[in-house]
Amino acid sequence: MSETMTMAKALNAGLRRALEADPKVLLAGEDIGKLGGVFRITEHLQRDFGADRVIDSPLAESGIVGTSLGLALRGYRPVVEIQFDGFVWPAFDQITSQVSRMRFRSMGRLSMPMVIRIPFGGAIGAIEHHSESPEAYFTHTPGLVVVSPSTPLDAYWMIQQAVASDDPVVFLEPKRRYHEKGEVDLTEPPLPLDAARVVLQGSDATLLTYGPMVKTCVEAALAASGEGRSIEVIDLRSLSPLDEATIVASVERTGRAIVVHEAARSGGLGAEIAARIQESCFYALEAPVLRVTGYDMPYPPSRVEAQYLPDLDRILDAVDRSLAH
Amino acid sequence: MVVVTTSTDPNASETVVTPGGTRIERSEEFIQLLTPTGERVEDETFSFTHDDATIAANLRHMVLGRRLDTEATALQRKGQLGLWAPSLGQEAAQVGSGAAIAGLDEVIPSYREHAVALMRGVDPLDLLKTFRGTAMVDWDSVATRFHLYSFVIGTQALHAVGYAMGMQRDGVVGNPDPADNGAVLVYFGDGATSQGDVSEALVFAASYQTPTVFFVQNNQWAISEPIEIQSRIPLYRRATGFGIPSVRVDGNDVLAVQSVTEWALDRARRGDGPTFIEAFTYRMGAHTTSDDPTKYRRREEEAAWRAKDPIERVRTYLLGRGAVDQAWLDELDAEAEALGVRVREGALALPEPRLEDYWALTYASLPPALAAQRDAYLAYEASFEDADGEGGR
Repeated sequence: MSETMTMAKALNAGLRRALEADPKVLLAGEDIGKLGGVFRITEHLQRDFGADRVIDSPLAESGIVGTSLGLALRGYRPVVEIQFDGFVWPAFDQITSQVSRMRFRSMGRLSMPMVIRIPFGGAIGAIEHHSESPEAYFTHTPGLVVVSPSTPLDAYWMIQQAVASDDPVVFLEPKRRYHEKGEVDLTEPPLPLDAARVVLQGSDATLLTYGPMVKTCVEAALAASGEGRSIEVIDLRSLSPLDEATIVASVERTGRAIVVHEAARSGGLGAEIAARIQESCFYALEAPVLRVTGYDMPYPPSRVEAQYLPDLDRILDAVDRSLAH
Repeated sequence: MVVVTTSTDPNASETVVTPGGTRIERSEEFIQLLTPTGERVEDETFSFTHDDATIAANLRHMVLGRRLDTEATALQRKGQLGLWAPSLGQEAAQVGSGAAIAGLDEVIPSYREHAVALMRGVDPLDLLKTFRGTAMVDWDSVATRFHLYSFVIGTQALHAVGYAMGMQRDGVVGNPDPADNGAVLVYFGDGATSQGDVSEALVFAASYQTPTVFFVQNNQWAISEPIEIQSRIPLYRRATGFGIPSVRVDGNDVLAVQSVTEWALDRARRGDGPTFIEAFTYRMGAHTTSDDPTKYRRREEEAAWRAKDPIERVRTYLLGRGAVDQAWLDELDAEAEALGVRVREGALALPEPRLEDYWALTYASLPPALAAQRDAYLAYEASFEDADGEGGR
């Protein structure tokens, strides 16, 4: 059984199924009740599951995550919505100092089954603090699982897998893709939560990406194929832990790797991936690992975000530079 | 809205202008049932309803708590603990509130509630592991209902409110049989009241009317900062702005603390919502063993508070009315001495941790990259072993 739906609808359907499957699953966040969230991801869920399970929170992100930690200690499985990427920082202390290490600091006695949903990334013409890509701050924190779906199919299944996880999951939703449609198989999950996917197979170079940039990379690879170049595209899906086996197998074969993300370059996830590739695939590499990323500045005004964000041409330019070696 | 200010002289409050021009409202009024000299006094709102045996039991817990604390401080001075956070002087605040726990109540401490930990059945040697560095936080918080110590100031206030939200959803609030009800008693200090997380906790607790009792031990000092730097009004009055009933109690009076906390926990268990208690006490020791209070506070102040010792007044009271005799007190001292010996010897015998065990505590199942890291570490360590297999580093 499959259905065509947007990513927003797929997330809504996945959350609905998680709420149905386990009475301990709760949703909490700002405006997620009657309004259904500013992106409508939780639309009608409070109506159907009640205000005790779909909780409109006071406007305090540390409070939302901190109280959800308490709920998790009591045996609940809270799914928290952070309204926008740029508003997660008030909760950063709770996430990194408490949520991420509860298992560790309790000597393995306690677990922290919490999902922190964050609409992230740019290209929506927003004002400041609404287009951030905060993933590296979380992938640097041991104890957190960090994932990002790129399609409605993954969104539907990955949110349910995240809710079922006994580890805290930072769930990054590519908001610029919320309203793009895709086919969703409702019968079984296509992959485990921690697996990367080879979206396009190719033999000349590997594009490694996730979330909003998957579609952009696929478009770039298809354009390159018109010029006779065979480009592999890997959707990482899980940013921490990384599916290193899939990455290494691909780069060993193609000899060229380019990491693409919206987040700023320095200290970003691309740096970690490049380091791992060079540790594992040194003798297979034909070219340096390249990065196509946002620039090292705060996210700029929306009228220049198209120049700031990686796009098809910048990715193709990097492919050319890689193949020139 | 009940805001219990005081049952003593309402004119005791005064506005002070500091040399820097800051206007501060000072007040030392609070609920008191047993004076520093060991005399019972009445309060029009709160009364102590328990018998002498309860008071004697409280005295025992206070003496044991102080002995644990003294022993741990000494262990740190001898280099056997990395750090210790002394509870000296705060025994009545801790034991009085701990004695109010009933039904399905849960305790969420900060990092100084050693006397409450003992009352909840936490092994003192498990407490010491954290401070000796042989473990993270190593007691069963589910079985003891005494949650893990937290070391980020005020963070646990939010956890307590969330836990209480869970209790509301579990239907363990407002039942006809009190034994079926529970609340969360959360501890923090005067410094923590300045933290945003504590304000947010008060917002959430008020908003959802959670069964939470915020128990603030105002020990007058946040390391070197006096209470005036945290608040220009008496701390308990802060809660009023959040719509939470509040009360200030003599934190060195175990009878008053127990009465006030029982009232607050009863309210919470019944479903009447959160309460904020300020226990007015004094940190007679240092903030931690790394601290040196002689740099920032006067000896006269310490001496004045020593005269208000929480243990001495109970001893005087019980002896005076013949509820206990010297033989009983001697037996208690012997029990405390035995605890001291056990703590002293046990601390030195705590097993050393092994780094290789900690990778597995990071995630529910070990990711391959972490397993590889651990294995590389083990191989590296093994490379130092000599031919006999003995560690060489």
